[in-house]
Amino acid sequence: MSIELGDVENIAHLARLHLSNEEKQEAAGSISNILALIDQMQSVDTDNVEPLAHAFDAVQRLREDVVTESNQRDELQKIAPETEEGLYLVPKVIE
Amino acid sequence: MINLGLAQISRALGSGEFSSVELTQKYLQEIAKQNSDLNAYITVCDELALSQAQAADEARSQGNAGPMTGIPIAHKDLFCTQGIRTSCGSKMLDNFIAPYNATVVENFINAGTVTLGKTNMDEFAMGSSNETSFYGPVKNPWNRDLVPGGSSGGSAAAVSGRLCAGATATDTGGSIRQPASFTGITGLKPTYGRVSRWGMVAFASSLDQAGTMTQTAEDAAMMLNVMAGVDPKDSTSSDRPAEDYTADIDKPLTGLKIGLPVQHFSEGLDATVEQCIRDAVAEFEKLGATVKEISLPNSHLSVSAYYVIAPAEASANLSRYDGVRYGYRCENPVNLEDMYKRTRSEGFGTEVKRRIMVGTYALSAGYYDAYYIKAQKIRRLIKNDFEKAFQEVDVIMGPTSPHTAFAIGSKNDDPVTMYLEDIYTIAVNLAGLPGISIPAGLLNGLPIGLQIVGKDFAESQLLNVAHKFQQATDWHEKSPV
Repeated sequence: MSIELGDVENIAHLARLHLSNEEKQEAAGSISNILALIDQMQSVDTDNVEPLAHAFDAVQRLREDVVTESNQRDELQKIAPETEEGLYLVPKVIE
Repeated sequence: MINLGLAQISRALGSGEFSSVELTQKYLQEIAKQNSDLNAYITVCDELALSQAQAADEARSQGNAGPMTGIPIAHKDLFCTQGIRTSCGSKMLDNFIAPYNATVVENFINAGTVTLGKTNMDEFAMGSSNETSFYGPVKNPWNRDLVPGGSSGGSAAAVSGRLCAGATATDTGGSIRQPASFTGITGLKPTYGRVSRWGMVAFASSLDQAGTMTQTAEDAAMMLNVMAGVDPKDSTSSDRPAEDYTADIDKPLTGLKIGLPVQHFSEGLDATVEQCIRDAVAEFEKLGATVKEISLPNSHLSVSAYYVIAPAEASANLSRYDGVRYGYRCENPVNLEDMYKRTRSEGFGTEVKRRIMVGTYALSAGYYDAYYIKAQKIRRLIKNDFEKAFQEVDVIMGPTSPHTAFAIGSKNDDPVTMYLEDIYTIAVNLAGLPGISIPAGLLNGLPIGLQIVGKDFAESQLLNVAHKFQQATDWHEKSPV
């Protein structure tokens, strides 16, 4: 299966990536090659096979619902691009 | 002294042959000489290393030394290190200094090791040649025109080039074993869940596993002793008790049943590599093992299934890089969407963006069943193949890679060519099994790796098998230095 420029634009938007025209061309070609590799899976009948999401079919371990972390807001916000009074700043979302 | 392996260093420190400070200084001098060309380290921690070495020597003088006290190691630059940059080989995290240590790092600090620095890697561990790093390619110490393999190329080159006694690394599809093979060292990928992933920058969470790069299997066992165990902070870490991985390392191999998968000795395998692997297997027969052919009939589909599952998980994991809480943010965004898109486009390199898009596509409406569910079904078939094989044999052996290290720049035209590099290693990750690559020969002066795959949580056995081979041969002693 190969993909077209329009598909690339759609995927890039879903993934929140901005691509130049040159990058889109390159992506259409290389992703089509990757999809051809992936499509080899279709050669095997898997109708009665259970999907495997985790190598050991593990289930989520649960613990008591108690507070285990201390408040480290200031420490964690030191590495943020922009903060003010304990809040993360981003471009205006609502007018 | 820097040519010694980790276990040898442990003994030398114990007998007072040299101090940790003396050894650390030697490594730092060697790194200063070599690293501008080899590019194995992204960050070198001179001051920290020397202060840790001093503390280790003091602990030893007070009688408080363990087997790892004072041993200088390096960490792949995706293990979070408090106060030291963790770049993951990406511009996105070029300014990221984690406020905490990964569990693996914390365990090594508690064991008294010295942190020499953080090693280079493919960006977000996505690559098989260490060429996708934002910090440039790593060179192979055996021949500096060649790649060291990837994604843990920096850790491999640092151990092989004698710029540390051992290094941590991670393996999602072969990222420990293939570079170990290309650089003539021992690379261990434990069972999925054996080592905590907490504080490891995530790539594909159902496949990622931390492991070791060392000169020998005995060295690897010593490092795994520090790393293995359940971690309340990683709910996917196994609660099965960790073992002393050095305890059984010397057991005789009499009666060991080795399986050779026909699919790993077929077309695409370099004939000389094949001969070398068969010679290594013959060595095991001399040690008392028996050998039989086995079949992993779906192994040819492992790369296809992997390139759905790993990119799908990566596209979800890497959605966190949005320019809000840490890492890179683009300049002067006009609105939120512009900030997301430009931050991610400027912060990620080509291969990372490509895999995010493949994963996004595979998970998108209308394609989920055909790609993601199909790949998970193939994953089940691959795991079943291994389970069946392990009813007949104890370990599975074959080449780690179809060939020796290749030239920098020679496989960059088509990503699929690079993806097929991991043809013998990827199935092991999909099945969650432990695997090790050990040096088994040389071809035109370049190392060849033997891959040994074990049953789940059979790390002790793998290390035992590898160690006995290393007692009988000297391939692991060959060094480019």
